[in-house]
Amino acid sequence: MNIAISNTSDTPIYQQLFEQISAQILKGELEDGYCLPPIRQAATELRVSIITVKKAWEELERHGLIYTVTGKGCFVAALSKDEMLQKRNEMILKQMVLDTSYYKSFGLTLEEAFELLKRVY
Amino acid sequence: MLALDVRNISKNYAHFQLKDVSFQLEKGYIMGFIGANGAGKTTAIKTILNLIHLDSGEIYILGKELLKHEVELKQEIGSAFGDIDFYSRCKIKALTNVIKKFYRNWDDEAYYNYLKRFNLNENKKIAELSTGMKVKYRLAIALSHGAKLLILDEPTSGLDPVARDNLLNIFQELVQDGDVSILFSTHITSDLEKCADYITYIHNGQIVNSAEKEEFIDNYRLLNGKESQFPLIQHQLIAYKKNSFGFTGLIHTRDFDSSLQIKASVPSLEEIMIYFAKKEDLHG
Repeated sequence: MNIAISNTSDTPIYQQLFEQISAQILKGELEDGYCLPPIRQAATELRVSIITVKKAWEELERHGLIYTVTGKGCFVAALSKDEMLQKRNEMILKQMVLDTSYYKSFGLTLEEAFELLKRVY
Repeated sequence: MLALDVRNISKNYAHFQLKDVSFQLEKGYIMGFIGANGAGKTTAIKTILNLIHLDSGEIYILGKELLKHEVELKQEIGSAFGDIDFYSRCKIKALTNVIKKFYRNWDDEAYYNYLKRFNLNENKKIAELSTGMKVKYRLAIALSHGAKLLILDEPTSGLDPVARDNLLNIFQELVQDGDVSILFSTHITSDLEKCADYITYIHNGQIVNSAEKEEFIDNYRLLNGKESQFPLIQHQLIAYKKNSFGFTGLIHTRDFDSSLQIKASVPSLEEIMIYFAKKEDLHG
């Protein structure tokens, strides 16, 4: 599992953790059954507070990406290809809604936005 | 379970008052206690150790009332106050031999482990220790008698960035098993941004807010607006600064109307503290 935290970013740290781990799960880099490090250990290693990690793990669980076995830890959930695709699209769409409203504030049409996107992609 | 439960404590001095201070620290977590110089951090901490008698209020430590169980509870509390300014010509070894007699659960093996880990030489005299080493020595003592609650007054002040970073790492390792809880006061807020789970902010002897760190910060927004927007929001601001480019101000998130199109960002702990201090200047 790879995580890089930015302390200067406006995105809350728990959100950064959540986004990075969920991306790795949805790309299949973390296989189902993969055991996440214990919350307190992860907090020490990542140099963030315990509650921050707890929140990120809770968020992952709420999205059905991991599950908890009491006394054992948190594991990556088994997702079918379809489920993974669906969850991935949900997350991408959420971001796109935000991005789109920004483009719209400049009066861009869909075609114009698409052309620009093609240039940077 | 609560490691520390401070309930409505008050203390009156001629020129300073601790007013109805309450906060709770859950077992196994780190709480940062912040406030400007003279805000009451040390006074509050001293009351928790019963070094100052309260006018009113109650303090519970690990579920027990402090005044009724003081002797017993002191075995479970490790505290460090700035400097060790007693017996400074004494060697570490000699001082430890005196201190350890007070503790029932003194663990020599743990003590030597911490000395090694903190790179402390027990044949050094207290006077020869650097500020950082003194803090570490204090911690080594606190940890070797099996303290469950560490109460540290400005443990990081006077330390260089590397030593501070090391110390914060130690704090995080200590709470890792969920058994030890730490309350530490500081005015170096970046220390807390890294490792604290909870923040308690004291200002002029009163608690402004005590909450989980991200929630604490999320309570406030830092605004950056044009002069023409200022009158629209002036009365909601906690405090502000005006200059020829416009204004910046701190506001409670709940009071902020985002339809005003004023640029808002999430403040740092330091910015929150600065604006609260400004509030005094503005309102006298």
